[in-house]
Amino acid sequence: MSDSPFNMSEAGNATWRSLEEHEQSESINDWLHREFPKGAESWGSDQTHRREFLQLMAASMALAGIGGCYRRPEEEIVPTSRVPEYSPHQTLQYATTMPMTGGAQGLLVTSRDGRPLKIEGNPQHPTSLGSTDVFAQAAVLELYDPDRSRTVLNHQQVSSWPDFLTALTSRVQDHRSRRGQGLRILSPPLLSPTLDWQMQRLRKDLPEARWHHYEPIHDDAEYDGAMLAFGEDIRPQYDFSKATVILSIDADVLGSGGGKLRHARDFIDQRRNDLKKKSASTSRLYCVESTPSLTGARADHRWPLPPADVGRFLQLLAKKLGLSIDGPQSEEFDGVPADVWEALVADLKLNPTRSLVAAGPYQPVEVVALVHAINAQLGAVGHTVTYRRPVASTNRDEVASLSALTTAMQAGQVESLVILDGNPVFDAPVDLDFAAALASVKWSAHLGVYADETSAACSWHVPAAHFLESWGDSRSDDGTGSLIQPLIAPLHGGRSVIELVNVLLNEPRSSAYDTLRAYWRNQHGEEDFGAFWNRSLHDGVISDTAFPKVEPTLRGDLLSRIATALKSEVTGSKPGTITTAIFRPHPTLWDGRFTNNGWLQELPQPFSTLTWSNAAYIAPADANALAYESGDVVEVIHDGRSIRVAVCILPGQARGVITLRMGGGRHRSGRVGSAVGTNVFPLRTTDNVWLLRDVIVKRTDAKQRLAATQQHFLMEGRDLIKSGKWDDYRADPAHPTFMGHEPEPHDQFSFYPPAPDGPSAENQWGMSINLGACIGCNACVIACQAENNTPVVGLAQVALGREMHWLRIATYFTGSPDAPQTDHQPVPCMHCEHAPCEVVCPVAATTHSKEGLNEMTYNRCVGTRYCSNNCPYKVRRFNFLDYHIELREEPLLQLLPNPEVTVRSRGVMEKCTYCVQRISAARINAGLQDRSIADGDVVTACQAVCPTRAISFGNIRDPQSAVATEKQSPLSYSLLAELNTRPRTTYLASLRNPHPDLAKD
Amino acid sequence: MSVPAVERTPPAPVAHSVTDRITSVVLQRRTPVNWYLAFAFSFTWTLVLFVSVTWLFIRGIGIWGVNVPVGWGFAIINFVWWVGIGHAGTLISAILLLFHQEWRTSINRFAEAMTLFAVACAGMFPLIHMGRPWFFYWMIPYPATTGVWPQFRSPLMWDAFAVGTYATVSLLFWYIGLIPDLATIRDRCRSRSGQIIYGALALGWRGSARHWKRYQDAYLLMAGLATPLVISVHTIVSFDFAMAIVPGWHATVFPPYFVAGAIYSGFAMVLTIAIPLRMVFRLQDLVTDWHLDNLAKVMLAAGMVVAYGYLMEHFGAWYSDETYDRFLIYNRQTGPYAATYYALLICNIAIPQLLWSTRVRKNTLLLLAIALVVNVGMWLERFVIVVTSLHRDHLPSSWGMYYPTIWDWATLFGSMGLFVTLLLLFIRFLPMISISEVQEMAHDQAVSHEEVM
Repeated sequence: MSDSPFNMSEAGNATWRSLEEHEQSESINDWLHREFPKGAESWGSDQTHRREFLQLMAASMALAGIGGCYRRPEEEIVPTSRVPEYSPHQTLQYATTMPMTGGAQGLLVTSRDGRPLKIEGNPQHPTSLGSTDVFAQAAVLELYDPDRSRTVLNHQQVSSWPDFLTALTSRVQDHRSRRGQGLRILSPPLLSPTLDWQMQRLRKDLPEARWHHYEPIHDDAEYDGAMLAFGEDIRPQYDFSKATVILSIDADVLGSGGGKLRHARDFIDQRRNDLKKKSASTSRLYCVESTPSLTGARADHRWPLPPADVGRFLQLLAKKLGLSIDGPQSEEFDGVPADVWEALVADLKLNPTRSLVAAGPYQPVEVVALVHAINAQLGAVGHTVTYRRPVASTNRDEVASLSALTTAMQAGQVESLVILDGNPVFDAPVDLDFAAALASVKWSAHLGVYADETSAACSWHVPAAHFLESWGDSRSDDGTGSLIQPLIAPLHGGRSVIELVNVLLNEPRSSAYDTLRAYWRNQHGEEDFGAFWNRSLHDGVISDTAFPKVEPTLRGDLLSRIATALKSEVTGSKPGTITTAIFRPHPTLWDGRFTNNGWLQELPQPFSTLTWSNAAYIAPADANALAYESGDVVEVIHDGRSIRVAVCILPGQARGVITLRMGGGRHRSGRVGSAVGTNVFPLRTTDNVWLLRDVIVKRTDAKQRLAATQQHFLMEGRDLIKSGKWDDYRADPAHPTFMGHEPEPHDQFSFYPPAPDGPSAENQWGMSINLGACIGCNACVIACQAENNTPVVGLAQVALGREMHWLRIATYFTGSPDAPQTDHQPVPCMHCEHAPCEVVCPVAATTHSKEGLNEMTYNRCVGTRYCSNNCPYKVRRFNFLDYHIELREEPLLQLLPNPEVTVRSRGVMEKCTYCVQRISAARINAGLQDRSIADGDVVTACQAVCPTRAISFGNIRDPQSAVATEKQSPLSYSLLAELNTRPRTTYLASLRNPHPDLAKD
Repeated sequence: MSVPAVERTPPAPVAHSVTDRITSVVLQRRTPVNWYLAFAFSFTWTLVLFVSVTWLFIRGIGIWGVNVPVGWGFAIINFVWWVGIGHAGTLISAILLLFHQEWRTSINRFAEAMTLFAVACAGMFPLIHMGRPWFFYWMIPYPATTGVWPQFRSPLMWDAFAVGTYATVSLLFWYIGLIPDLATIRDRCRSRSGQIIYGALALGWRGSARHWKRYQDAYLLMAGLATPLVISVHTIVSFDFAMAIVPGWHATVFPPYFVAGAIYSGFAMVLTIAIPLRMVFRLQDLVTDWHLDNLAKVMLAAGMVVAYGYLMEHFGAWYSDETYDRFLIYNRQTGPYAATYYALLICNIAIPQLLWSTRVRKNTLLLLAIALVVNVGMWLERFVIVVTSLHRDHLPSSWGMYYPTIWDWATLFGSMGLFVTLLLLFIRFLPMISISEVQEMAHDQAVSHEEVM
């Protein structure tokens, strides 16, 4: 090999191609290392060791074989499904847990042939209750994401885990000799009890080492508020099953946070029960907020107020409720009629133990504290509001924690920094200049599922195991612990946080499994630990681990303490002066961690239905005054910093406020998520985490293409969403006036035989969607995508109107654009009995089944798109292009599709099938047991995930079935009934319960 | 209104000069340079069509602007437009033949050719607009091993029959009419290859009285067969829309209104072709001002029926008191595509009113301009029907917009290129005016004793 041009050992003698090479300058060496990393070099040299060769071969074999073999975890995992004996291609469900800011979600993961396929909520889990949010639904795509980090990197060069281990161990030994001095760890707040335990041990072991916590979306204000109010480290828990008068102070209790799924379930269930019990009244939800939230959309009264007015509103309310606090300077609120106060105060006082005021985590500490005082004053504490220890013992004042770390880094006190998950280089407050500080740290390592901005700035990067690949545990909103069990061995040799901390603890040989068991063995005791362990894995919940309730007492001097801080200015701004910017999490990308997930990028965001964007929201009044259009790029300037972001006009947005949503503008996200949207973090500082005052919004000439899946949000006087007031319904429950007159089906006018009401089949499938229960969270949309192999088409195709979701959430605004009523309507295929699509298909590719399903035969479809034109509900989706190229080209992604559902080719029409594969599975299962399909045997993907159980599905021929019962309700109606399509999907009208004194008209 | 100062009878050309002049176009040695230039231009566009369709087959329908809700775009607009244009040819050949309108003889040949080429262009679109065009034959009822028949309730299925029948009958009708003339060319042809080709095509025509008898019987029979097609084809094409429940499509007025529209656009196209043709080949005494005048009158009449159709659409929407139909009209007039609606009214209703004036009808260039305007207007009409009806239908949450892409335009202009290319090949290689019929007319009128043929 002496003539190899790459043989640089004999510089000067060998062939050279440039003077730089001849001189063997620094840069050419760098270049050579980049081009021919260590592993590759050994191929070229004749000194390839047998061992290295085998390592390389094993790695490539593993990659090549990924599509074929089972990658079972080595340790024993316990399915939730009852399995008499294992057979190939069997579908099993395993309980596991998804850790997420604010509290974990318990999941049941469907696995087949060793690959996790579909995620459902764990019904036994206290905050999942069988449903999930959109993030959990998309987790499988993240697992199989081909852009995930696959190798250990050292200064961006391919390295190996043993090399990293050697480096880290030597660092740790060094620090150990100095009791940990110079060693820093940065992680998000720890939801995991085991990690918490490890952290305590590390503190004991290395008392000089420091563990910092930071996450861009944190509940600092919530904890600080409780600390201010009670002097205790506690947080409130809301019980919506008891609360009848709820006031949300910019708190998206139904749509965000660790308890959202339970809140939504409880809130809606109470109304459902009241309806069933024929109660004279039901709960009432008031909402004051600056930017539209799911909670605001579901509220019976909602007033958009700019952030400064939100505090003032609460202050006035406190005074009116009799708290000894000075009222605000002005009692006038733009958009809040004066008669509100009497009604609201009377309502809250009427049922003191059943009232509830909730403050959002983005409010100032004083507002949060005042809410505690109001709840105490009302008598809600102990009833609708209870207090518990925070989920993570570590998540107080994360900004301060990160600041301390940055200061130490700048001061040169940090020799080694281990970043366990998180992406602070991207999302740290800009004034900390975290990246520069990190650059000054000699040795840093980042553990992450993706090689992101932070790993690029660290000397080492270690691929993290996905939560579906690793052992661990996590706590839910109320403290209940649950185990994370891997469904598949790490695809890319990723390591979990627990394993890495084990190295820091000088126990590099303990696996996460050992540590996890050791912790829980400590907790549970030796006695029948095996049974406890298996039960916990099986159930997905560790019983009796919820934190005990505490009964705190309000500090006596609270009101005087906060009164001065609350003295807020009155903001009476003219339309068109946007002076306030607020930061909010992105509804589908969160803080930016999900940017490389195509399902979440393309999931229509609530209200705006934007996809592939984090455009900033502005109010219609401001947009009119400034002549802005959606898609105009503006420059938002604050304190010498500025960003350029596209705006989107959103009805219901408070005037004078621009909502900057996180999650856009990543540049090291992957092929899907890089350079999508705008990075808003360059405006976020340690002092202004959620709110920027005195911003300047300047027009630029630029425009950005926005891809919204819905372009028209008005009903145009059409009776599409029937909604009425609770009182009107109670006045005449059999024939509520707002239901109007539904035309009778006209069988005599049809040329075709009547629908299969006759004895054609035992089961006649139908669906009923309760619009009063739908909160518009989009979980059904993404669940349908995950179940039915729906492709992601990208921004350009969505902008052309070619999104492929089988189910959409139609959003309609009624009333004034400043403070509209917002209604959501999930629209799947209606499975019309007189289906207009069927008669126009020239090749009989869409036909009716005996069980009343409108079926698509993909193989037969020639793609005339006539069926889509003739579908009045426009629920059909067409494969205009080949949308599955990635699936063919990426072997990893081939693990993702549901094997029960055809992957559709180009030129073929598709649409909602009522999850026909699940119906077939239920039929086969019932057949094996020699019985009929029982009510509840078939659960569609959208139905399963719905937090409020707004969707019911089943056999409409069985009058006892849940769906048949709903369809008999006087609130039941068909969409576009006048077309006589006789849809099998029907809706229940949405009931709202506005205060009788405030109800307009 | 004053009596139009146009002769009631066509001027009689001299029979033998007819043969000479028409055949010379085909048989003269040198092809005119202009023909080459025109052919180069039109063939370039034909190549554009080939490229667009190839790319379409490679990538899929997604290269066009269609989406959900607007599932049909240029392809269907072009299809309806081209089929409509075809109708004038059949109308001129068959119906006017049956009604003994002798003036048709100078124009029927190329009108028929125009029909044929227009139907060829039209027929291409339903095939290429399919998501999986390689399965187009599933539209045809054949005993498949799958045991699946087409779905006979679908208007698209009827379309396949209607257009298929129409293409077949038009081809046969045109070809039968050509036979005596092909024989004439065969006889006058000097090159061996020409004699063989034209001889084969002439099917052994010798011009015997028996031949003439058979020929005339067959021709009349074909005319009888073709006549109902003028009505039925576009009626069925209109069913593609009228049978659907899309507001703006679901209307009983569609069949007559579509047929009138077809005749309207067809006559406009005949004028568009005839005027330049007679200028270039100096055939003013065969295709006279009198012919053009008649064509213009028929066009005006058809245009009035179309205008009535528009009126009835509005009346129907108002009278039905249907939210969706009323909104449709409102959206056509004020929505994002309002410009196309007003352009269509100007092109199809306002400007053609000039044809009431004899002076306008006698001004060939103005007539050509009006014909072109009507062609554009009729294309816009189909755009308005297809796109503005679909883009905002029942549920506002699914409303959308349709923007044609460069490939949509390339396919449209490419199809025009193909049409002109075929026409140019036709006038170069086949007699564009019926020799036998014009002679027959000349014979009848001039009472000439010359031997025919």
